[in-house]
Amino acid sequence: MFAVIQFPGSNDDRDTRFALKSVLGAPSELVWHKSVELPSDTRAVLLPGGFSYGDYLRCGAMGRFSPVMGAVKRFADAGGPVVGICNGFQILCEAGLLPGALLRNRDLHFICETVALRVERSDTIFTSRAAAGQRIHIPIKHGEGAWFAEPELLARVEERGQVLLRYCENPNGAVADVAGVMNEAGNVFGLMPHPEHAVEPALGGTDGLLILGSLVDAVTEGRK
Amino acid sequence: MKAVVTVMPKQEVLDPQGKAIQRAAGALGHAGVQDVRQGKRFEITLDAADREKAEALLDELAEKLLSNPVIEDFQVESIEA
Repeated sequence: MFAVIQFPGSNDDRDTRFALKSVLGAPSELVWHKSVELPSDTRAVLLPGGFSYGDYLRCGAMGRFSPVMGAVKRFADAGGPVVGICNGFQILCEAGLLPGALLRNRDLHFICETVALRVERSDTIFTSRAAAGQRIHIPIKHGEGAWFAEPELLARVEERGQVLLRYCENPNGAVADVAGVMNEAGNVFGLMPHPEHAVEPALGGTDGLLILGSLVDAVTEGRK
Repeated sequence: MKAVVTVMPKQEVLDPQGKAIQRAAGALGHAGVQDVRQGKRFEITLDAADREKAEALLDELAEKLLSNPVIEDFQVESIEA
């Protein structure tokens, strides 16, 4: 079962569940942030986009302290796959589960548009349906999406191949054009683009399935 | 006790809000405003046995909650009984 965490202020929780359940056919449930445990049949956790706690203090700063985050951290530490999309990415960075932080966009604008991304690796559980170097199109919609890491941290992240997605044209000032980064262990991934908004031709494209579908494949294969 | 903690973006972090304010100062006719960096100020009332304990509490609070050490620095500006 794919657990989609609902924080107060999440707004892509249902879209994320729709993409998993109705488009990819993977069982998915919404899990309220006050749960101190994840459902026992949880095979993957998704932290959706939105504005948890009204983005008070810093984006994701409050979400990190939600009761469910203890369980999410234990799940991640045990090797369980965790994906944070947009606000979910911000929360994972604040929680220290992913490197770096997300800053206000370089030009201060809230950006809402479909962007071209380059998939850097295909040998991960988050990108196996794509090819390394493949150009894909997925929407972004954020005001604080410029990923930042100091030079030493960036060098470490690059050396370990943790950058999975880069903007073809940098929209927000992210260092090294980073749009999505995973942890060192390879089981936690955060990205600013919204794959759940690109899962049907009627939405403008299906490239989001390359990401979410990879995760579903990994979880399904893991069960065999 | 009452304490004041300030949080500022690190020097190496681009501060687009500060830049926008600096440009607006120029538009107001103040060409002499060369740089602005925007941060946050927290006024905190706390119950602590002594100053040393208050300092320890504020350091932890500032490091783990009020600031994100990846992008910000903090300073405990004052502690008053």
